[in-house]
Amino acid sequence: MTRALWVLAVLLSHWRRHKMQFATLLIGLIAATALWSGVQAINQQARNAYDRAAATFGGARTAMLVAPDKATFSQDLFVKLRRAGWPVSPMLEGRVQINGRSMRLLGIEPVTLPADVGNAPRLGAADLTAFVAPPGQTLVARETLADLGEQEGAAPPISNGAKLPPLRVLPQLVPDVLVVDIGLAQLLLNKPDQMSRLLIGKPRGKPAPLQSVVGEQLLRVEPTAETELERLTDSFHLNLTAFGLLSFFVGLFIVNSAVGLAFEQRLPMLRTLRACGASARLVNTVLVVELVALALVAGLIGLVCGYFIAAALLPDVAASLRGLYGAQIPGQLTLRGEWWLGGIGISIAGALVAAATSLIKAVRMPVLATAQPRAWQQRQRRWLVLQGAAACATFAVALLLLHYGQSLIAGFGVLAALMLGAALILPALLEIILLIGQRSARKPLALWFWADSRQQLSGLSLALMALLLALAVNVGVSTMVGTFSRTFVGWLSGRLAADVYISASDNAQGLAIRSWLKQRSDVQAILSGGRAETLVRGEPVEVLGLPDHALYRERWPLLEATPRAWTELVPGNAAFISEQLSRRLNVRVGDVIEVPAPGGSWELDIVGIYADYGNPKGQLAVNVAALIRHFPQTPQTRMGLIVAKQNIPGLIADLRRQFALDDRSVADQATMRAESIRIFNRTFAVTSALNAFTLGVAGIALLTSLLTLANSRLPQLAPLWAIGLTRPRLAAIELTKTLSVALLTALLAVPLGLLVAWCLIAIVNVKAFGWRLPFHVFPLEIIELVVVALFASLLAAILPVARLARMQPANLVKVFANER
Amino acid sequence: MSVERISRRVFAGGIAALALARRAAAQGYAGLGESADGFARVTPGKTFAFPADHGPHPEFRIEWWYLTANLIDSSGAACGLQWTLFRQATQPGPQSEGWANQQVWMAHAAVTRADTHRFTEAFSRGGIGQAGVTAKPFAAWIDDWEMKGSERTDDRSLSPLTLKGAGADFSYALTLDADRSVVLQGDGGYSRKSERGQASYYYSQPFFRARGSLTIDDKPIEVSGQAWMDREWSSQPLDADQTGWDWLSLHLSSGDKLMLYRLRQKDGRDYPFGNWISAAGDTQMIAGSDIRMTPKATTEIAGRKLPVEWQIAIPSRSFSILCKPLNPKAWMGTGFAYWEGPISFAGTHDGVGYLELTGY
Amino acid sequence: MLVIRNLSKTFASAGEAVHVLRGVDLDLAAGERVALTGESGSGKSTLLHLIAGLDAADAGTIRLGDTEVTKLSDAGRAGLRRDRIGLVFQQYNLIPSLSVADNLAFQARIAGRHDAAWTRELVERLGLGGLLKRYPEQLSGGQQQRVAIGRALATKPSLLLADEPTGNLDEATADDVLALARDLVARTGCGFLMVTHSLHLAGTLDRHLTLHSGRIA
Repeated sequence: MTRALWVLAVLLSHWRRHKMQFATLLIGLIAATALWSGVQAINQQARNAYDRAAATFGGARTAMLVAPDKATFSQDLFVKLRRAGWPVSPMLEGRVQINGRSMRLLGIEPVTLPADVGNAPRLGAADLTAFVAPPGQTLVARETLADLGEQEGAAPPISNGAKLPPLRVLPQLVPDVLVVDIGLAQLLLNKPDQMSRLLIGKPRGKPAPLQSVVGEQLLRVEPTAETELERLTDSFHLNLTAFGLLSFFVGLFIVNSAVGLAFEQRLPMLRTLRACGASARLVNTVLVVELVALALVAGLIGLVCGYFIAAALLPDVAASLRGLYGAQIPGQLTLRGEWWLGGIGISIAGALVAAATSLIKAVRMPVLATAQPRAWQQRQRRWLVLQGAAACATFAVALLLLHYGQSLIAGFGVLAALMLGAALILPALLEIILLIGQRSARKPLALWFWADSRQQLSGLSLALMALLLALAVNVGVSTMVGTFSRTFVGWLSGRLAADVYISASDNAQGLAIRSWLKQRSDVQAILSGGRAETLVRGEPVEVLGLPDHALYRERWPLLEATPRAWTELVPGNAAFISEQLSRRLNVRVGDVIEVPAPGGSWELDIVGIYADYGNPKGQLAVNVAALIRHFPQTPQTRMGLIVAKQNIPGLIADLRRQFALDDRSVADQATMRAESIRIFNRTFAVTSALNAFTLGVAGIALLTSLLTLANSRLPQLAPLWAIGLTRPRLAAIELTKTLSVALLTALLAVPLGLLVAWCLIAIVNVKAFGWRLPFHVFPLEIIELVVVALFASLLAAILPVARLARMQPANLVKVFANER
Repeated sequence: MSVERISRRVFAGGIAALALARRAAAQGYAGLGESADGFARVTPGKTFAFPADHGPHPEFRIEWWYLTANLIDSSGAACGLQWTLFRQATQPGPQSEGWANQQVWMAHAAVTRADTHRFTEAFSRGGIGQAGVTAKPFAAWIDDWEMKGSERTDDRSLSPLTLKGAGADFSYALTLDADRSVVLQGDGGYSRKSERGQASYYYSQPFFRARGSLTIDDKPIEVSGQAWMDREWSSQPLDADQTGWDWLSLHLSSGDKLMLYRLRQKDGRDYPFGNWISAAGDTQMIAGSDIRMTPKATTEIAGRKLPVEWQIAIPSRSFSILCKPLNPKAWMGTGFAYWEGPISFAGTHDGVGYLELTGY
Repeated sequence: MLVIRNLSKTFASAGEAVHVLRGVDLDLAAGERVALTGESGSGKSTLLHLIAGLDAADAGTIRLGDTEVTKLSDAGRAGLRRDRIGLVFQQYNLIPSLSVADNLAFQARIAGRHDAAWTRELVERLGLGGLLKRYPEQLSGGQQQRVAIGRALATKPSLLLADEPTGNLDEATADDVLALARDLVARTGCGFLMVTHSLHLAGTLDRHLTLHSGRIA
């Protein structure tokens, strides 16, 4: 043991003399671990939240019975089913407003609530009486209590005047959900003897067939291993993970170059150790132990950094997920033990992978140096050919995935293969370009410039590959984001046609507002809207009621339509379909779709497809009057007003005063637009932040590679100095070389980036969100990125070059004195 | 006598049903010693009225419909089954409608053979029809389990009835017939539980002949035999220092029936009670001092030692038997766990019956 | 103490077998100091490497005391070097990241044979007293080689092997360094086998052998 410790001490002494190298190694590991674990922390946080949502008294993890039109149904069905041996437990769901804040109210029946399905929060035994017996309880998440600004035990009133039972915290609950006994829910929601769904528990015997008990009134929805929320948000998290992974690999590039150099420099030391009697096994073991110990330390630091990255990004992520999918993620980061262990594990595994080649070399190293330096050209050529072949294979995989892949994962697979292939082929491309340069050079110095650049390639290639990837991703993502926001802003002005939007709390208030508005001379038109929910081929679908008004005909963002689409809509047997639903159901213009409605099945001709960005649910748009005919329960609470611009503030103020409406219930178009755009901008804030991080890490990779090279390049530079080139001149040449290689890389990154953007827009987005955007290129932004990349390269190159410029001649002389 | 019975059923029915809460027995087993404030009190001298008293008494805290059957199959092998419906009121006062109803229902079903014991339980809120009892025509149900009469059902004998119960891996369907009236236990149906006045209303129908089928693991078998039904309601059946009970219902081969139980106290003493029911249906209380109940062999289940074999003697009647369980592992691992299973006995008298052990 | 019999070693070079050693016999008594000379490529260094167990022989035996070096495993040979052999190279092979004091001590420490008094004596005799905190790159060649000799002798080996220890030093320094080495070898009583191309230096040792065509001439 002491022997091992002494060997370790000798090995570690190297770092004391090469602090920069040590820092490089640690920075690489820290960056890799930090970004990876930061992203993992965010994903884990979100997944915990989805789990909580799914587990909220039987979410999607539980099989259930629902009415075909998703409407509520009579409690008698529940009793009938129970008496037929069905182990069902009823639930009633609705929305209530507390101080203007809309919340989901969930009525449950704790006595029959299946304990064996999902991981529903269990009410403690003693709590059950308190929950069921008057006055009952309202169970809420801690976050909800804070949002409401209430204390436990408070009984806040809801908008219809009723009072909630006293609040009590149940920590496992999701935010924005109020859980009460089903009897109380029926009272609060004014739905006596009604239920929204029945959760199916473990059967006790053999229940009678469903149809024989309830006929067609209820249908069974099987549990999904993945909740709808998870399915919807998958793409988002995959996106994050992809970025995390990319950063991780860029970090490992750094580690690889640092470890590789350190190993080269420590070769004589290892030989001396062996010559002095440390066995090969001991030295190799200690090498691994040293690496693992470093990875452990760096992993811990990386995890702390990762925590802060996650904490910094989380609010944006949470906002994105809420805006896009309605998913509630707590803004406070909580981490499990697995996260810490996983982070340390990934750090160690990453370090071992990055150091693998060096470690294998160490294991195979003979004690006696066999000096057989093969010509570097030969080695480099073979290596370039190998890499080129690997690149071609990767491109082939990308093509195959593009052609045969259907899923989102395949989409990301295409992206990954594309980028990996591009990274692999980069050195070969650069080599060809430099070779052409060399052939065309006339002056000896220029010849040397090109030749030396080529020789440098192998040392720099990892860093350049990292730079290429980071840049391509940046170009790709910024193109996609730019495309998106341009498309989205245009689309939004089409969708938000009216000037003022009102959402009344119930039908009575809706009527009152309507008649009040009719008295106002400043209201030019009242456009009624409405929406109902149903299941089309098992998919939850919103049916949107559109008023028949010129404004809609002019502005509604139809992607594709029959010539007389709007006229066809009016009678009520035609519909527009949202782009994502049309893809999901594979429905085109001219097809017919059957929509279950309370009055029976509703057949609709599809006469148009419209863009519906940002809506996770499929949507159909029909004439509003037809909607109300087929879905009589549709709340008639939504309306849009056409009002002259100067009258808007006055009207809104009057509405607020007259009907005690809050910000959520009445808003003008400009506010809603700003709000929507803000949500969408936040959606990509995380992507942009990770983008910047990745570019930063690539910059570090370049810096460390250049620093690493700087030392080993002295033997090449010293002869030039000896024949009369000044040190500043040498430094300038070095800088030019680095920048030109970086520029070449950046220029190659542009087409790759556009290809990445195309993949994101045409493959990933379509699979993830169900919509396809028109492809826009933003040349200014691309130029900007190239300049930033060159600037980063300049920064990275300047330190080693400055060192060269100020180097003592004695150090250059040493090159001739020493072998190494 | 019914003190214990009460407790037993109560224990299971009451708090169990409600909350599945396993409170310490500080207040008597399963909280049965709580005060009866707000609920109707059990007083001597009640005149029973049938069929009304077959139905629920929601003004009392707890109540049950409890049936055990000793059966044999076509090969002569013994088996037994249990069907129990408990009612408990969470709060006193006039009955509220719908979900606001204060009643909570719980039920247990079990079948026992020498080589297997299956059991299950069910819960329901009152007020919506998922569980309940009606007096005329008689019906007691929870989910798809039911004990049901028809227009032919006689009010005095509560016969004939049909019985249905099912678990994940067993089910049964029986018809129950009796040619004698129900029997009032204790003092005209008033059953005292302690010196301090706790009591219950208690009557039984021990003369049921049972016939039907019993299915275990999808293998139905025809069975027949005798069954015993207990009806009991109260508001505070157990004394605070009473910890549990050992209860037996015995079908003597002579046609006589015997109900016996022993209430155990914290201080280690116990109080036996008994009722002898002649084959003709006359009852006679047996003085506690005249009953010797001695546990013999024990079996260990779920970390508890249970006396499943008993030596029982009533010297005044020259009665001395040894009771042995059909299946010593007849453990009811329900929300409120206890032991209940068929037994057979021999000695001066022989026959079959049911044994219940709680509070161990 | 060191007995070598019929030792052979062949290298493959550019597809051709080069017979470097062709049956070398050599005896070295305890405390004996022997110089080994020969032309370049005569196999001097190879012989030394085989004795030190840095490489494996094709045939023949090397016996150090009662240990048959040729029969040892890799790990066994490493242990032999660690505990019983001191090695000095032409390139000094000091560890650049360790101070002089640590360079002196580390082999003894790895061997678990660190003797503070003996190390102090070595420092004194080698005249390294003022240099202990320096690093190898801050030393002259002669100083570095003295550190290397100190490191090799710090474990009190039974055999000191030196491969052209003065090859990088000027003549005066070489004489000084070798004198120090001779004294210390005498002080410890260990055997000393030195490969050199300097006949002058070879003459200062007890015996002088010449390797020619793979055999001791």
